[in-house]
Amino acid sequence: MNNFSQAFQKAIQLIIQLDPNLLEIVGLSLQVSLTSVFIASLIGLPLGAALALYKFYGRGIIVAILNTFMGLPPVVVGLVVYLILSRSGPLGMLGLLFTPTAMIIAQVFLITPIIAALTRQTIMDANVEYHEQLRALGAKSTRMMKTLLWETKFSLMTGVFAGFGRAIAEVGAVLIVGGNINHNTRVMTTAIALETSKGDIELALALGIILIILSLLVTTSVMSARHAAYKIYN
Amino acid sequence: MQSATALPLSIQHLSIAKKGNPLLKDIDISIESKGVTIILGPNGAGKSLLLRIAHGLELPNKGHLSWNTKSPKPQQSWRAFIFQKPVLLRRSVRANLEYVLSLHDIDKVYYNQLIQEALQHTGLTHLANRNARTLSGGEQQRLNIARAWVLNPKVMLLDEPTAELDPSGTASIEALIGTIAKENTKIIMTTHDLGQAHRLAHDILFLHQGQVIEYTLAKDFFTKPKTTLAEDFIEGKLLNGV
Repeated sequence: MNNFSQAFQKAIQLIIQLDPNLLEIVGLSLQVSLTSVFIASLIGLPLGAALALYKFYGRGIIVAILNTFMGLPPVVVGLVVYLILSRSGPLGMLGLLFTPTAMIIAQVFLITPIIAALTRQTIMDANVEYHEQLRALGAKSTRMMKTLLWETKFSLMTGVFAGFGRAIAEVGAVLIVGGNINHNTRVMTTAIALETSKGDIELALALGIILIILSLLVTTSVMSARHAAYKIYN
Repeated sequence: MQSATALPLSIQHLSIAKKGNPLLKDIDISIESKGVTIILGPNGAGKSLLLRIAHGLELPNKGHLSWNTKSPKPQQSWRAFIFQKPVLLRRSVRANLEYVLSLHDIDKVYYNQLIQEALQHTGLTHLANRNARTLSGGEQQRLNIARAWVLNPKVMLLDEPTAELDPSGTASIEALIGTIAKENTKIIMTTHDLGQAHRLAHDILFLHQGQVIEYTLAKDFFTKPKTTLAEDFIEGKLLNGV
């Protein structure tokens, strides 16, 4: 128990002193996950809206796939992306395996379904209210989709935050495709896993604390976005 | 700005049924009057449906409806449709008007002027920067009408525009409708409120169970109705089948 409190003190010290090693890992984590969320939003928001508004052949299957992928184990996503990017895989010639780019690709696969599925639900609900009115005003379908995305932006933000929360906290996918290489692909979660197994609790603990703080920030952001949405919508 | 006239509204042998229920039966009239035409009738008479067909929101199963030979499509900016319950965008009053202009092919240099005029006409100038969703019911309906007016339409179709308003809101909307009609915009409006029809109508299209019972000048309708159904309706009796 003494050990633990010592480790905890050292962890706090690392954070307060802005330890360069620690900062590097946190920085890469944020860079990878924020980029993933950005790309996943670019895909997921219009995809979700299109699934909500347009009827086309195979829509049901896509929706089923999306909902399944929402709960996909990160290690499985990691494995699939690994196979695609490995030297003998279809995209092996790009040499992306064990780079931050590979980690971003894996995370985009993980969180696009979350953002798309939540967007679909939000836009479907909004469409019930808006459809007739927008049509009567003379809006055509692409414009209608843009309008609905903009009108529901606060609700959609909760989906984006949820995606970020999943990205920043997952370990399986980034470990497999990133390889946890020091100064290169080591992020918070993979570092925690490694340092803990090495017995180097201080760094692991410091990273753990930062992760919890980040999660807290994400949760409060979601809550305040919901609150703002509620205030504006009612 | 736009072609000469939207009238006559010509409806030829128009019928529509949903799930096997005939809702409008062989409507065959032509509306050429200026001012306010009220589509009057009890609930379920088919008033709203007829208005929706006139805006191109629904298609009839049989027959035709045309505005000066043109078939209605919702995109036509010379005609506006106003719902009983407005769905306003979650942005400012001004931005709501701007949105409507942006849906149509209107040069941005005119935006400011058109918006100012619409705000002034509807008495919303002082609320221009307020979030539309925070307006009172009457103000929301005024914005709903401003949203139509901003395009300078030749025709406004209003579907029970005061059904959800209190008396003062109703009075302000009725006054607004009167003003619009005087400025040469044709108004066609549904209501089941006899008093409102009395206050606003130039002519009355009386519907019951999907059929035209009478189409006549308002003063004749109220003083010497031609049918017992109309007579009963004016006297406030419940109407039975035709």
